[in-house]
Amino acid sequence: MKTFKLGGVHPPENKISKQAAIQELPVPETVSIPISQHLGVPANPVVKKGDTVKTGQLIAKGEAFISANIHASVSGTVQKVDNVPDTSGYRRKAIIIKTEGDQWEEGIDQSKDLIKECGLSAEEIVKKINEKGIVGMGGATFPSHVKLMVPQGGKAEYLIINGVECEPYLTSDHRLMLEKAEEILTGIRIQMKALHVEKAIIGIENNKPDAIAHIRKLLPDYPGVSVQPLEVKYPQGAEKQLIKALINREVPSGKLPIEVGCVVHNVGTAYAVYEAVQKNKPLIERVVTITGKSLKQPSNFLTRIGTPVSTLIEAAGGMPEDTGKVVNGGPMMGKALSNLESPVTKGTSGVLLFSKQESHRKVVHNCIRCSRCTGICPMGLEPYLLALLADHHRYEDCEDNHIMDCMECGSCLYICPSGRPLLDHIRNGKAETGKMIRSRSQ
Amino acid sequence: MSLLTVSGSPHVYTDQSVSKIMYGVLLSLIPAALVSFYFFGVAAILVTLTAVVSCMFFEFIMQKYLIKGPVTIFDGSAIITGVLLAFIVPANLPLWMVVIGSLVAIGMGKMTFGGLGKNIFNPALVGRVFLMISFPVEMNIYPKPTAFSTQLTDIVSGPTPLAVVKEGVAQGEKVPDMLPQVPEYVNMLMGNLGGSIGEVSAIAIILGGIYMLMRKIITWEIPTAFIGSVFIFAGILWMIDPLTYVDPFFHLVTGGLMIGAIYMATDMVTSPMSRWGMIVYGVGCGFLTIVIRIFGAYPEGVAFAILIMNAFVPLINRGFTPKRFGEEVKNG
Amino acid sequence: MNEITLISVISLGSLGAIAAVVLYMVAQKFKVIEDPRIDVVSDLLPGANCGGCGYAGCRALAEEIVKKESMDGMNCPPGGNEAMKEIASALGLETTEQDPTIAVVRCSGSKEHAPPKVQYEGAMTCAFSHSLFAGEGGCPHGCLGCGDCVESCDFDAIYMDETTGLPIVKDNCVSCGACVTACPRNIIEIRKRGKKDRRIFVSCINQEKGGIARKNCKVACIGCGKCVKECKFDAIVFENNLAYIDYNKCTLCRKCPPVCPTNAIHELNFPPKKNRPAAKTETTNA
Repeated sequence: MKTFKLGGVHPPENKISKQAAIQELPVPETVSIPISQHLGVPANPVVKKGDTVKTGQLIAKGEAFISANIHASVSGTVQKVDNVPDTSGYRRKAIIIKTEGDQWEEGIDQSKDLIKECGLSAEEIVKKINEKGIVGMGGATFPSHVKLMVPQGGKAEYLIINGVECEPYLTSDHRLMLEKAEEILTGIRIQMKALHVEKAIIGIENNKPDAIAHIRKLLPDYPGVSVQPLEVKYPQGAEKQLIKALINREVPSGKLPIEVGCVVHNVGTAYAVYEAVQKNKPLIERVVTITGKSLKQPSNFLTRIGTPVSTLIEAAGGMPEDTGKVVNGGPMMGKALSNLESPVTKGTSGVLLFSKQESHRKVVHNCIRCSRCTGICPMGLEPYLLALLADHHRYEDCEDNHIMDCMECGSCLYICPSGRPLLDHIRNGKAETGKMIRSRSQ
Repeated sequence: MSLLTVSGSPHVYTDQSVSKIMYGVLLSLIPAALVSFYFFGVAAILVTLTAVVSCMFFEFIMQKYLIKGPVTIFDGSAIITGVLLAFIVPANLPLWMVVIGSLVAIGMGKMTFGGLGKNIFNPALVGRVFLMISFPVEMNIYPKPTAFSTQLTDIVSGPTPLAVVKEGVAQGEKVPDMLPQVPEYVNMLMGNLGGSIGEVSAIAIILGGIYMLMRKIITWEIPTAFIGSVFIFAGILWMIDPLTYVDPFFHLVTGGLMIGAIYMATDMVTSPMSRWGMIVYGVGCGFLTIVIRIFGAYPEGVAFAILIMNAFVPLINRGFTPKRFGEEVKNG
Repeated sequence: MNEITLISVISLGSLGAIAAVVLYMVAQKFKVIEDPRIDVVSDLLPGANCGGCGYAGCRALAEEIVKKESMDGMNCPPGGNEAMKEIASALGLETTEQDPTIAVVRCSGSKEHAPPKVQYEGAMTCAFSHSLFAGEGGCPHGCLGCGDCVESCDFDAIYMDETTGLPIVKDNCVSCGACVTACPRNIIEIRKRGKKDRRIFVSCINQEKGGIARKNCKVACIGCGKCVKECKFDAIVFENNLAYIDYNKCTLCRKCPPVCPTNAIHELNFPPKKNRPAAKTETTNA
C-alpha cells in the first residue's frame, strides 16, 4: 500500500456521516455571498442594491489573473452590497440576496442526465471553467483555470485527482465519489483534455473501499484514468504529500507541483468542472458535511453558496446542548467560527460541532523535548524550534530554519503531549517572516 | 448558554500527555523492580521508596516555595527520577545518602534549570555521579545477590564483575584467568550479579524497553546505537588482544549499560531531536563508555558517558537537523 | 628548586613581553579612529537601548548626532529634554525643547463594556489572535487583551488589569514606542503628556458605523460628531465614523467629554467636576 514516507499522524477518523447520502438542502431565505471566496484578488461586484438576479447569474467578476467569478446561488433581489462579519468576525464585503422563487439563468442544464462527450477544445474548456468561477474545492480555493494553464517551460505529465479526504470527520468527497462517480470521471477526462495529459491518477485512502471499488468498476470507459488506494495517513491530501505518495516525486521546497509535471485537483473540483463544461452550470452549490458526535443527524447536504451555517445546523437536527465549538472545514485545518451566521463558501467542505469537552485545548506544560513534533512533521521541519523562535520574534532564524515550508497541517499541535500551541506561534512567525522577506525584495 | 470556543486549527488533539508518558515509563520499570527486589530484598525496596519520596518532597518544596509556580509532583517525572536514581545505586547504601542524592538530582539536576523539560543533564545521573564522587567507598560496595534477602546489615558484599576485571588487568592478570571469578553470562543476563539495584537484570530491562518501544515512548535509535557501538568498539579491542581485553558480550551484560542505554540515554529531555542526531548521540555514548571502562579510572563509565553526551545534545541538534521534504530532489 | 623558579619566571616573563609587543603592534595597525565626542554623547544618554529615538540603540544615536553635527528631529524619549540639553551644551549644538509624551491606550472595551461573545484558547499573543478572529468582544478594532504590549515594554511601565482585561500605562512610561509597534491593532498612541499629566483623548479607534460599533461595545465612539461641534479650537478631527483629538490643538478645556453619549472621551488626572459624576475621571497612578 502506497503512502508518503516523511512524518504524518493518525488522528481518529470519526467518519460518522459516511452512510448519509447527499441530500439537497432547501433554498435558504437569504444568502450572503462574500466577494472573496478564493485565493487571490477579490471579485468586483457587478450588481447593486435593488437588482433582480436569477440563479446562476454573474454577480461579481474576477478581473485579476488569480481571481474567480462569483454567481448568484439563488434568484431574488439584491438587498445590499455591504460589509458583513465573516467566519472570524471581521467585516468583509458580501452581496446579500433575498430569495424569491428559484428561477435559473437560461442556458443552464438542470437535468440529471449524464453527458459524456465533450466537443470543446482545450482553450474553450479553460475559458469555460474561468467563466463559471470554479475554484479548488478541497479547501485552499485556488482558482482552477489558473492551475489548468501550464506556465511557459512547464509540462504536465500527470493529472492527480485528490480523493484522499484525509481530514477526519469529513465525508463530502467520499459521498460524491459514490454518488457522482461517472460525472467525476467525465470531469477528469475534460481536465485531461485541457492539460493535454494522457495519465490521471485518483488517489483514495483505503478507508473508503466502497468508493475505490465503485470507481474501479467504471474505469474501462475512461481511458488513461487509474485509481490508486493509499494507506490512511494525515496529511495525505496535501498536494506535495499526495504526489510523493502516488508517483514518488518530491516537489522542491518553495515550488509548485508543475515543477515535477503534476497538476493536482480535488474530486469535488472535477465534479464542478463537469457541471460547468457539460451543463453550463456555475459553481453555486457544493456538498457540505455537517457532523459531530452529539449531532442528531450527521449529514451531507448539497448546499447553495451563501447559506448561513446556522441553517445547516438546523437542518441536521439543531444545535446540541453541549456544543462548545463550531468549525468550518475539517478538524485539522478548519477554522473555528465566532459567528454562526457566516455563510457557506466555495471552500466549505464541512461544518463540525464539537462538544464542550472536545473543544478545549490541553493544559499547557513545559516542552519535554520528546521530539514527536519533529518526527511527524510531513515537511521535515522542527516545529518545537520554530515555535520557540517565533515566540521570541527571531524571524531571521525562523527563515534559516525554513519556516516558510510549513503548510500549517496541524500535525505538530495534534501530537504534542505537552499541549503546546506550536502551530499558533509558527503561523505568527510565518506571517512575520513572510513580511520580512517581502520587504527585503522591495 | 456558555460561549463557543475559538482557537487556531487543529481542533483535535492526541490523547497522549506528559503524565501518560511518564507513567508509561514507570510501568515499564516493573520487571526490573521485581528482579531487584528478588535479589536484593527489603534493602532495595527501602532505597527505592526513600528515593521516590524524597524526590517528590524536594520537587514539591522547590516548586512551592522557591519557584512559586504550579506544583507538578504528580506528573510522574519526579517519581521516575527517584526510581532511576535508586536503581543505579547499591542496595545497601545508607538511606541518608539516598536522600542527599535525591536532593542533588532534583535540585541541581532539574530545578536549577527551570524544571521538567529544561534540564541539560539527566537528573538521576547527576544525583548518582554526585554520590559516586562524594561517597566513593559506600558507592563501590555492592551486595551479593541473595534470593529473598530480608537482611539490612552485614550483607555479603563484593566487587562487580567490571571491577574484578579492571582490577585484574591493572595487576597484569590475563582475562581468561579472571573470568572464573565472575558469574556465568546467563546468570548475569538474568541479574544474578553484584551491582546497583535495578541495573543487574539485562533481560528485565530489555522487556521494559520493548514495552516502551511498543507504546512509542522511546524510539529504537538511541538504545540500538548505544548498545551496538559498545559491542563493536569492545569487539575491536577484543580482537586486537583477547588476553588484555574482555569479550564484547561481557560488556553488554554487566554494569549499567542496559539501564543506561534504555532508560537514561533515551530520556527525552536530554537526548537529541532528529533521527541522525540520536544515532550520533548513541554512538558517542557507546564510545565513551568503552573508553572509560577500559582506559579510565572507574570500572563503570555509562553514567559519565551519558552525562558528557548530554552536554553535546544542543550541538548535535543544530548539526543534525531532520531531512526536509523537497530539500534535495531525486526524481525518477 | 631555585633553578626551576628562575626558569619559570624568565620564560613566562619573556612570553608576556613578546605577547605585549605583538598586541601593541596589532593594536596600532588596526586602530579605529573614532570621534571622541561619540563617547561623550553616549555617556550622557540613558543607555536603555530602547530604540525610542528611531535608531538601533543609544550608541547609534550618539554616532548619528556627532556625524550630522545637529540635533534636528532627534529626541531621546527616556532621557527627555534634560539629556538632550546636556548633549547640546556638550557639543555646542542647538536643541529644541520637546513636550514630554506618554503612551495612551485608546480602547475601553473591557469585559464589562464589550462582553465576550466567544472564548479564545491558544497561544497568548495578540499577533496570532488578531490574525485568527475579531476578538472575544467582537470588535475588530478593539484590544485583544493578550498582552503583547506588556511583553514588549522594557521599562515595566504597562500592565494588564485583571478585571477589565485592558492594559494600563503607568506614569513611568518613557514613550519609547515599543508597545505601539507591538500592538497589531494600533490601539496605543504616543500623545503629549499634558500639563500636570492631564490629557483628554478619544478612547476608541473603531471605524464602524455607530449601530454596529455600539452592538459590540457600550463605550465605542459611534461617530455622532457632537464633540466636533462642541470644540471651539478645531482640535477634533472627524473621519471614518471616528473622532480624533489633536493633542497639539487641544487646550484641555474639558468641554467635549460631557457631550459624548457613550463616554468614549476620557479625561485623565483632572480634579472632579462638581456637577458631574466622579466615576468618569480616571487616574493612571494605579
